[in-house]
Amino acid sequence: MDYFLTDTQTEIQNLARRIAQEKVKPVRAELDEKEEFPWEIMNILAKADLFGLYIPEEYGGFGGGAFENCLAVEELSRVCIGVSVSFAASGLGAYPILLFGSDEQKKKYLSQIASGRRLAAFGLTEAGAGSDAGGTRTTAVLDGNEYVINGTKQWITNGGEAEIYTVIAMTNPARGSRGASAFIVEKGTPGFSFGKKEKKMGIRSSATRELIFDNCRVPRENLLGKEGMGFLVAMKTLDKSRPGIGSQAVGLAQGAIDECVEYARERRQFDQPIISFQAIQHMLADMCTQTEAARALVYAVAKFIDSDPKDVSKASAMAKLFASDVAMKVTVDAVQIMGGYGYMREYPVEKMMRDAKILQIYEGTNQIQRNVIGAAIIKEAAGKKK
Amino acid sequence: MNIAVCVKQVPDASEVKIDKATGTMVREGVPAILNPFDAYAVEEAVRLKEKHGGKVFAVTMGPPQAGEVLRHVVAMGADDVMLISDRAFAGADTWATSYTLGLGLKKLVPLDLVICGKQAIDGDTAQVGPGVAENLGLPFIAYVRKIVDMSDGRMKVERLIEDGYEVVEVSLPAVITVVKEINAPRMPSLKGKMKAKSLDIKPLSAEAIGAEAEKIGLVGSPTKVMKVFSPPSKGNRERIDGAPQEQAARLAEKLREMKVI
Repeated sequence: MDYFLTDTQTEIQNLARRIAQEKVKPVRAELDEKEEFPWEIMNILAKADLFGLYIPEEYGGFGGGAFENCLAVEELSRVCIGVSVSFAASGLGAYPILLFGSDEQKKKYLSQIASGRRLAAFGLTEAGAGSDAGGTRTTAVLDGNEYVINGTKQWITNGGEAEIYTVIAMTNPARGSRGASAFIVEKGTPGFSFGKKEKKMGIRSSATRELIFDNCRVPRENLLGKEGMGFLVAMKTLDKSRPGIGSQAVGLAQGAIDECVEYARERRQFDQPIISFQAIQHMLADMCTQTEAARALVYAVAKFIDSDPKDVSKASAMAKLFASDVAMKVTVDAVQIMGGYGYMREYPVEKMMRDAKILQIYEGTNQIQRNVIGAAIIKEAAGKKK
Repeated sequence: MNIAVCVKQVPDASEVKIDKATGTMVREGVPAILNPFDAYAVEEAVRLKEKHGGKVFAVTMGPPQAGEVLRHVVAMGADDVMLISDRAFAGADTWATSYTLGLGLKKLVPLDLVICGKQAIDGDTAQVGPGVAENLGLPFIAYVRKIVDMSDGRMKVERLIEDGYEVVEVSLPAVITVVKEINAPRMPSLKGKMKAKSLDIKPLSAEAIGAEAEKIGLVGSPTKVMKVFSPPSKGNRERIDGAPQEQAARLAEKLREMKVI
């Protein structure tokens, strides 16, 4: 369907598509099998200027918004979301700086992130805190002109590979989620190390590690915003980034459809291609309809976010929720259409189905997305004048 | 370090069809692309610029629409372009083309190096690179697969030959042609694409580069094409179908019958 993209948006889409098809597709199975971080592809994306799509020009970026970023993420996801999450997670690490950083912090870090010279990552989740950010145990204590950070973050995408981390830690544990603050921590800071690389069901080329802080001292100027704003930083960041997960989902679903349409045209049973059977056509019709609906929602929400409205939580959660549920269903059906072949590692839909599951889990489970939407419904209703 | 790259717009080889009646290539409706070998030349020039500083100039001779390949080259990192375009250049062979490109290159700032792809995929002559060197009066090295070193006005390269490679040293400025072994051309960058899009390409006429009328275009081309034809397909062929094992067995049998094996 034609979404009436501008020339610039079409260029972004074409460039990302070309990189995905020419550079990512040939190596995706191997990256998955070896659980190897896609550095070579990250460097190609950096040289193509794609890391800075949503970063203002004054900080070395391209000056686009969430929508431009979504277009690139979708194209990469169409061939491999292990690669696209490594790309997109750098944005997740950059948003706190973009939204709450001082001019100096922006100048210093955003230009490095925009150029792709250094990857970023976002550290919120802990063993006992994820959806419940108030359960955060990592602490940051001001000592002279430095904060001393102690604690462990868990399942951090790009952990160990990224060089710039935005991390949530408690500066006043007594105040619960209102006692959290956000910090920039650079790789190589004494007292900051990484746990082992996690073994995952899907997105296996992406790196997921613990961030371990053991009396890690960071300069006071690495505080993002003010003390106590950590929870707000996290929520506003996720509001901005969730349509990116939606784009991963749309790309992944489209990639699965691409594969199984091609297969269904070639696979012959009972002397005819299986695509001539109504059973297959109806499955494909549903898959395509759901994916197009997800795309339309994700694009609409990304554009809405770029109009800089006051609150985007509800729309942003909807884009992530709907698209990721679609991606899961579509990839399961893609394996079904391809039957025994679909179940084999030799064909890409097996990986796509494994990969899809994470989309319903990370950046807030889909149950949490429903909570966010539900809370917004209540708030809106309560605010209406009778 | 100022580097010029000579590029050509060619028909996309994967789309080419031959007109059986005339024996010539059907150009209508065939997309035009940057000559694939020239992409290696552009990449090497951009890499040298990134390492040593300076500028990369891309030069082409062709119809006005050849400006599109110059945009592509700018998206890859070239700084400035020159489109040499004039009806008077039509029908140029490699001799007239080399003369014309040479004049264009002389108009650029003092150059340290001129890089060309080893040949164009349409004409396949591999003559324009050396022809340009001759017109500029510069030393020339063909089929460069690696630039080993570049310092103090000299350059050491490896050039591909049939059964290995030679290491050659040359004083700069010089002209080289490069083979595909030299690098992997990059994807265009987004900022490069935006710059390319807004580029105002002003064609230079024969007069603007100071070309002598009798040395350009068809008039200036000593090459005369006597006949163009497609080699006739040989009729006596046999197709072997069946499962791979059967095909192999039948093929071996045939070859034995023909006393080839």
